[in-house]
Amino acid sequence: MDLQHSLWLGAPEELLSVAGLALLMVAAFAGDKASRLISILSVAALTVCAIMVAPELCSGATSPDADAFNGLYRADAFAAFAKLLIYAAAGVTLIVAPSFFDRLKAMRAEFPLLVLFAALGMGLMVSATDLITLYIGLELNSLAAYVLAAFLRVDDRSAEAGLKYFVLGALASGILLFGMSLTYGFTGGTSFVGIRAALTGPMSTGAVFGVVFMLSGLAFKISAAPFHMWTPDVYEGAPTPVTTFFATAPKVAALTLTMRVALEAFGAQVGAWQQIVIFASLLSIVIGALGAIGQANIKRLMAYSSINNIGFMLIGLAAATPRGASGMLVYLAIYVAMSVAGFVTVLLLRDENGDAIEAIADLSGLSKTRPWLALAMASVMFSLAGIPPLFGFWGKFVVFQAAVEAHLVVLAALGIAASVIGAFYYLKVVKVMYFDEAVDKVRGAGELSHTVLLVLSTLVISPLGYLLTRWLGHLADIAAASLFHIA
Amino acid sequence: MIGIEHYVVVSSILFVLGVLGIFLNRKNVIVILMAIELILLSVNLNLVAFSAFLHDLTGQIFAMFVLTVAAGEAAIGLAILVIYFRGRGSIAVDDVNRMKG
Repeated sequence: MDLQHSLWLGAPEELLSVAGLALLMVAAFAGDKASRLISILSVAALTVCAIMVAPELCSGATSPDADAFNGLYRADAFAAFAKLLIYAAAGVTLIVAPSFFDRLKAMRAEFPLLVLFAALGMGLMVSATDLITLYIGLELNSLAAYVLAAFLRVDDRSAEAGLKYFVLGALASGILLFGMSLTYGFTGGTSFVGIRAALTGPMSTGAVFGVVFMLSGLAFKISAAPFHMWTPDVYEGAPTPVTTFFATAPKVAALTLTMRVALEAFGAQVGAWQQIVIFASLLSIVIGALGAIGQANIKRLMAYSSINNIGFMLIGLAAATPRGASGMLVYLAIYVAMSVAGFVTVLLLRDENGDAIEAIADLSGLSKTRPWLALAMASVMFSLAGIPPLFGFWGKFVVFQAAVEAHLVVLAALGIAASVIGAFYYLKVVKVMYFDEAVDKVRGAGELSHTVLLVLSTLVISPLGYLLTRWLGHLADIAAASLFHIA
Repeated sequence: MIGIEHYVVVSSILFVLGVLGIFLNRKNVIVILMAIELILLSVNLNLVAFSAFLHDLTGQIFAMFVLTVAAGEAAIGLAILVIYFRGRGSIAVDDVNRMKG
C-alpha cells in the first residue's frame, strides 16, 4: 500500500484536479473568449478519466487491492460504474451548455471549470471509504453546484434557485456532518471498515442518532421525500443545461454514496436503517406522483419525476442485497439516459426568437408541427412512467424483482400501485402533444450536437435498449459484488 | 467534573438552535448564514470533545477540515446573496418567492 500505488489508483481524480487548475489559469489569462476551448478540453479530460476507470469496472476491482491512501479512498468496480455515469453526464452538460449560454450572451470561462470540479468532487464521493473523504468530496461537489445554479446572473429565477439550493444544501451538509460527528464519537473511528466493525451487536442510542442524521442528510442530497422541497424550485430556476447536470450526475453520486454508507459502514445494522429507507422510498414515490399533477412547467414536472424515480431506486436499497444494489445501478444508468433525453428535448423547445419554452401548454399539438421532437418527448414520458415496450420499464422491473426476492412483497406491491398515479401526469404531457389543438409555438432549430445527443439517448430508452440488458446487468452485477465484497 | 455528555448536550442545543434559526427566521437571509455557521460550530464542538474523550486525533483533524470548508461555504453563500440582492434589491426571506407550485 505504498504511495505510488495509491497515486496510481487515484489517477482519475488527480488528472481532473490538475486539468481543472491548468484550465483555470487559461480562463484567468484568456478570459471568456476561451470558454469554448476550455469546454472542449474539459470534455477531453473527462473522456480520458472515463477510459482510465473503465478497466477497473471490467476487471471487477475490489478491496483490498483497490484501497488507497491508507483506506481513505477505494477505486473499486462499484466506484468505477458510478464514475462512468458521472463523467458521461458531465460531458453531456458541457456539450449542450455553450449554445444555450451563447444565446443569452452569458457564456463564461468558469462554467466548464465548475462542472469539472463538481465531477472531481463526485468522483471522490463515490470512492470515499472514510467520513472525511466523503465530506470533502460532497462539499467540493456542492459548492460548485451552488454557483452553477446561480450561474445566469441576470435572471432573477436563477439567483433565487442558487440561494435556495445554497441554504438547503448547507443545512443538509450540517445535518450529515452532525450525524458523522455522532457516528465518530460512538464508534471511535471515521473509516467505513472501522465503523462497521464497531457496530456489530446492539447499537447505542448515540449511534442510532448518528445513522438517522447521516441518512437524513444524504436524503436531502438525493432529493428523497421528506427532504425534497428544494428540488422543484432549483430545477425550474437553474439554467436548463445546469438542470440537466443536477438531474443526472449529482443524483448518481449521492445515491451511490448512500449505498456505500448504508451497505458498507452500516451494513452490520440493516435493521436500523431499513425502515427509514422504506419510508423515504414510499413517500418519495407518492409525493413525486401527486406533486407533479398540477405542474404547468416542464422543468418542474421533471423535478417531481426525479423525486418519484429516486423513490423507486430506494426500493432496491431497502432490499439490502447484492441483487438490490445491482438493480439500483441498472436503474440509475437508465435514469441518466432518460433525464438526458428529457432535458435535451426541453433545450430544443424554442420559439422563433430563440427564447426557451417551458410551459407544458405551449407544447400543444407538437406532434403535428415537430413530429420527431414530439416522439422523443413521448418516449421519455412513457419511459419515465415505466410502460413496458420502453427501456424505463426494465429499471423498475429489476428493482421490484430484487425487492420481492428480499421478501419485501408489500413494498413492491405498494410501489407498483403508486407508479400508476405517476403514469397519469406523464400521459397528460403526451395527450397535450398529440391530441390538443396545435399552437405552433416551437420554431427554433437545434444544433447538430443536441440532435446527436437526443437521438443517442432516445435510442437507449427506446425498445432497442433491451439489447443492452445483458451487458448492463453484467456490469452492474460486478459493481454490486465489489460493494458487498467485505461483507 | 465535566464529562463527555455535557459537551454532547451543549452541541445538540447549538445544533437545534441553528436548525430553528433557518426555519423560524422570517426576516433576513444573513441570519440564515449565521444559523448555518452555528450548526457547523456545534459539529466542531462535538468532534473535538469526542476526540479528547477517545484519545484519538482524527476528530480534531476532521474539525480542521470542517472549519476550512465552512469558510469556503460562507464565501460562496455571500457571493450568491450579492447577485441575488443586485437583481431583487432586497434580502428579506419572505421575498424569496419568485417560484411557487
